[in-house]
Amino acid sequence: MSTREAPSSIPTQSLATPDNPIYRRRVWVNRFNLAVSIAAMAFGMVFLLWILFTLASKGLAAFGPALFTQMTPPPGSDGGLANAIFGSVMIVGAAIFIATPIGIMAGIYLAEIGRESAIAKVTRFVNDILLSAPSIVIGLFVYALIVARFKQYSGWAGAVALAIIAVPVVVRTTETMLLLVPNSMREAAIALGAPQWRVVTMVTLRAVKGGVITGVLLALARVSGETAPLLFTSLNNQFWSTDMSAPMANLPVVIFQFAMSPYEEWQRLAWAGALLITLVVLALNILARTVFRQKNK
Amino acid sequence: MSFQVSLGDAAKEAPKTNAVTKIAIKNLNFFYGSFQGLRNISMEIPERQVTAYIGPSGCGKSTLLRTLNRMYSLYPGQRAEGEIIFNGANVLDPKQDLNALRGQIGMVFQKPTPFPMSIYDNIAFGVKLYEKLSKSDMDDRVEWALKKAALWGEVKDKLSQSGLSLSGGQQQRLCIARGIAVKPEVLLLDEPTSALDPISTARIEELISELRDDYTIVIVTHNMQQAARVSQHTAYMYLGELIEFTPTAEIFVKPKDKRTEDYITGRFG
Repeated sequence: MSTREAPSSIPTQSLATPDNPIYRRRVWVNRFNLAVSIAAMAFGMVFLLWILFTLASKGLAAFGPALFTQMTPPPGSDGGLANAIFGSVMIVGAAIFIATPIGIMAGIYLAEIGRESAIAKVTRFVNDILLSAPSIVIGLFVYALIVARFKQYSGWAGAVALAIIAVPVVVRTTETMLLLVPNSMREAAIALGAPQWRVVTMVTLRAVKGGVITGVLLALARVSGETAPLLFTSLNNQFWSTDMSAPMANLPVVIFQFAMSPYEEWQRLAWAGALLITLVVLALNILARTVFRQKNK
Repeated sequence: MSFQVSLGDAAKEAPKTNAVTKIAIKNLNFFYGSFQGLRNISMEIPERQVTAYIGPSGCGKSTLLRTLNRMYSLYPGQRAEGEIIFNGANVLDPKQDLNALRGQIGMVFQKPTPFPMSIYDNIAFGVKLYEKLSKSDMDDRVEWALKKAALWGEVKDKLSQSGLSLSGGQQQRLCIARGIAVKPEVLLLDEPTSALDPISTARIEELISELRDDYTIVIVTHNMQQAARVSQHTAYMYLGELIEFTPTAEIFVKPKDKRTEDYITGRFG
């Protein structure tokens, strides 16, 4: 202790006791905030679980082998969703096939080449707008561009519409992931004399492979439930069709049509289709997250 | 005067009187935008010897190293003026083929930077840029480089494992092996041991001593003892200027400049 006396405002012993009023107040504020946060979380979860539960209870009724083997039925008779499932796989598959290379290349441009250039800034801005563009607008755009010109609804038109929705998602995740690569790794590859394209393909893109694949999977999940763009482009088809240049059945539009109908069989199939899409999207999300987590180890 | 620095074998060797100049730097100025990072540097880096750059943080030693392989050219706003003559041509010439230059002047960085691929592929990556080798020739090259970098014994049974699975010191030796594998003439080491533990540091220093007969080595270090242990020539830099450049034995025993003396005796820095 120093010889000088401490000012009277400095306590002689610790005040951190359980009955300190300032401390007690903080405990209560903490409890209150925690309770509000949990309530808010529960509010969201309730709806999510409610949706899942309703889907499962109504959808499982029509779940069975017939769902995957039989065609969409005419009103008043039983059937399945085989043609719609196949159509959805084809359209979404083609969309991702188109969107993945475009999106990854654009992401590479933004992160590795353009960076702060004017073109890169404009691209980033346009990409952000596209990312939040209403899907119905994109559906109308493709309708005007392809359907109206060829006077034909088609699976291809649907694939193009979905690709336009998927591209910005892939661009954004690819760019974000590449920016996570430390510059020292880039420099190390360049210091060996590697040309830029080799640095990107062999080193930086490889370093974030998991993240880029995650982006593609999330884009896939995002477009597989889109209905509006397909209404204007692929329309629907009651029969089994593998012709991508003709109207093609797909799950979202079938669900839309069947759910609105007065026929009980159709409504049951709509529930089953909705459950199917939800399960697929759920599985894709889980897959995307686990792939990413493994890569982060 | 008392110095805490003990000289290594390299410094104790009689200075080679007939040393050939490998890189000649003439009136080099360097700018980060409007800030001048290097001021009128001139020096001759001797072939097949170890040259160390020492000096306090921000003195320009890493900047100087990064001009030698034009690393700074990656960043708009950074520019160099003057001449760096290497193999008869000016490195700073805008027409200089940068990839070829970097193939001849290898670089190892402060933090180990293994690529996200197997140990084998880490070495093969650089080699494939310049040579088309058969599988067995490539195997030989990988083994040679890893032996040269004193890493072969530790990794020979796990060449297909990721380079990221190695320890920090092993990763740094992998990076040195990767640099050596493309058979450069010059090796630039930018504080290669500052992220490593003392034992790994000692191994890297031994390695530098073994490599100095085959390569021209330039090492940046913030550690004076390290410069004394591994180098034959030492340059002291301060505020972007080259204060003194002499054989290592001389600079640590009898510095010519008062500023060098203050730094190496620990009065400053």
